[in-house]
Amino acid sequence: MKKLFSVFLSLFLMAAMCLPAFCEDEVFSDETVAYYKSLGLEGTTLNVYNWGEYIDDEDLDVVSQFERLTGCNINYTTFESNENMYSKLSGGGVSYDIVIPSDYMVEKLMNDGMLEKLDFGNIPNYEKYFDAEDYGYLVSDEVNGEKVSEYAVIYNVGTTILIYNTKYVKEKPDSWSVLWDEQYKGKVLMFNNPRDAFAIAQAYLGQDFNTTDPADWDKAAELLRQQREKVSPSYVMDEIFNKMESGDYYLGVYYAGDYELMKENNDDLDFAFPKEGVNTFYDAMCIPTSTQNKKGAEAFINFMLEPEVALANAEYIYYATANKAVIDSGEFSLADSEAVYPDPDSITVQQFHNLPNDTLQYMNTLWMKVKGENNAQGIYITFFAVLAVIVLIIVLTVLHKRKMKKYYNV
Amino acid sequence: MKQSSFLKKIINAPYMLWSVLFTVAPLIMVIYYAFTNADGAFSLDNIKQIGDYASTFILSMGYGAVATVICLLLAYPFAYFLAHCGVSFKRMSVMLVMLPMWMSFLIRTYSWMTILGDSGVVNNFLFLLGKKEPLPLLNTPGAVILGMVYNFLPYMILPLYTVMDKMDNSLVEAAQDLGSSKLNTLRRVILPLSVPGIASGVTMVFVPSVSTFYITQKLGGGQINLIGDVIEGQFQTAYNYNLGAALSLVLMVLILICLGVLNYFTDSEDNGGVLI
Repeated sequence: MKKLFSVFLSLFLMAAMCLPAFCEDEVFSDETVAYYKSLGLEGTTLNVYNWGEYIDDEDLDVVSQFERLTGCNINYTTFESNENMYSKLSGGGVSYDIVIPSDYMVEKLMNDGMLEKLDFGNIPNYEKYFDAEDYGYLVSDEVNGEKVSEYAVIYNVGTTILIYNTKYVKEKPDSWSVLWDEQYKGKVLMFNNPRDAFAIAQAYLGQDFNTTDPADWDKAAELLRQQREKVSPSYVMDEIFNKMESGDYYLGVYYAGDYELMKENNDDLDFAFPKEGVNTFYDAMCIPTSTQNKKGAEAFINFMLEPEVALANAEYIYYATANKAVIDSGEFSLADSEAVYPDPDSITVQQFHNLPNDTLQYMNTLWMKVKGENNAQGIYITFFAVLAVIVLIIVLTVLHKRKMKKYYNV
Repeated sequence: MKQSSFLKKIINAPYMLWSVLFTVAPLIMVIYYAFTNADGAFSLDNIKQIGDYASTFILSMGYGAVATVICLLLAYPFAYFLAHCGVSFKRMSVMLVMLPMWMSFLIRTYSWMTILGDSGVVNNFLFLLGKKEPLPLLNTPGAVILGMVYNFLPYMILPLYTVMDKMDNSLVEAAQDLGSSKLNTLRRVILPLSVPGIASGVTMVFVPSVSTFYITQKLGGGQINLIGDVIEGQFQTAYNYNLGAALSLVLMVLILICLGVLNYFTDSEDNGGVLI
């Protein structure tokens, strides 16, 4: 909410202040300005489909800067989950020029033949600024014999992270086992989406996150079921911000960059990377085959890699950026954050890959069972009692009415 | 005669078009998806799988029933009282009932999280009274029921109030003249006359309560999984549109049966049915 307010405020301020700033270029070098002018994108349209709150619109306002430099008009829309994006994109009827899905979804889109191969000649910044040394491995996999890196340019990188409140959890946890510890009953927050939730159980069990063996998934589900019994966690997504910041909950799992945001509001919070390993993910810029403006899309990807733009985005989003220039600039406020930029040798990570549909469905069925088990038997009994009473009342009323009718008719 | 029926058709046309586009067509799609598999071939697998979710269905119906009964118990006396008080007070009260509906349903539910949380308004008040441990209010069945009652109560009050407001008071007076006790008047005169209001109020509370998923997610902390959550999960995370559609179809049929039963009992007399 606070963020939303500041967005409005800054938009308001921008409207008041930024017009003069736009006239002479204070942000970009003349070369950069000339480059984007020369692309001939004047009057074209670009449809960008991104996560919500996932681009800087405060300090620099990336979208309007791009419009200013190229004369291209951007339609900017947002989605809230990879699955939402996928169903919209695969449903047809809409065409997007840029989408920014996560790892497993990039692979799914590639597998479905829904992504265009990128022409890196039009993305010169990739060579210059992409931190291939540290993050290249994330996109080195192949889908149908083609490298992911030829289809996707990493925007941000992150990991899941264990967040705890130092007031109540005295010792820094080093294992996921703390989420099964009965002394924290009712004070634990878990992911409310199956893939991330299962990943924690899988890490704890030492499994591969991308296993397709139903027996593995059964074991992980059993572990999650035990967790419900032992600590009855709340399953949340964005609500975690409120719940951890207020101190109502002692332990939670979420994404590393978001920990930094929570920390700003509650200094008692701390983080840990459990030794069994965490999930590492990336979000990447891709061009779907339905694009009407591929050249514009590539120019946009290139623009997102410009050091000034990448820095502004990184400061806004709080995730680790895969852009070398941002770290090298020495200006990035999170460069020293061990949550966002953990020492790669000190943590174990695993990546999500695209799972076959039947595995996904099996996982979901198990997840529904884990969550559907409403352990309080009392609820059933109460409800049946209530139902029985209602039925009884209705039946009695009807019988009574019939009797009365007969009586009067006779 | 002919002309007027033609005119009727013209007047009806926009609504007919609307309902064909947005009610009938989606319904056909639900049925289509429910009876096909991922490749689009006819299949009954989805329907067979529904047995696994029987307990969830029952639980959802249970939650819906409890919420509906509580709404009815709260709304009935209030609506009666409202129908029999002064005009200006009446106007203001009806406004107050409607007022929360001007705000987004999502925001209202979300704010209950802050009220019921361990460091929320209620618990802070209890701390002031000297309680040491926070009372666990959120993530309980009670919180979910509360969310349902809070959100859907106006839909119960308004039809009841409308019926009672129009009720001919001379019938009540006649009953009293004939020596009927207060309880008897309520049972024999007021209650039967308000049956259409009860029926439409019950429908309007029961149906959204049974199928909600937002309330359970926010106020149940994801721990209480009703059929709405299962259906949402099928569409959002499992990509299993077919099973999702089958579940929705069964839910619709179950709701129809429930309402049919209700209709059978309440509509036995000559009251015009207000049901769907």
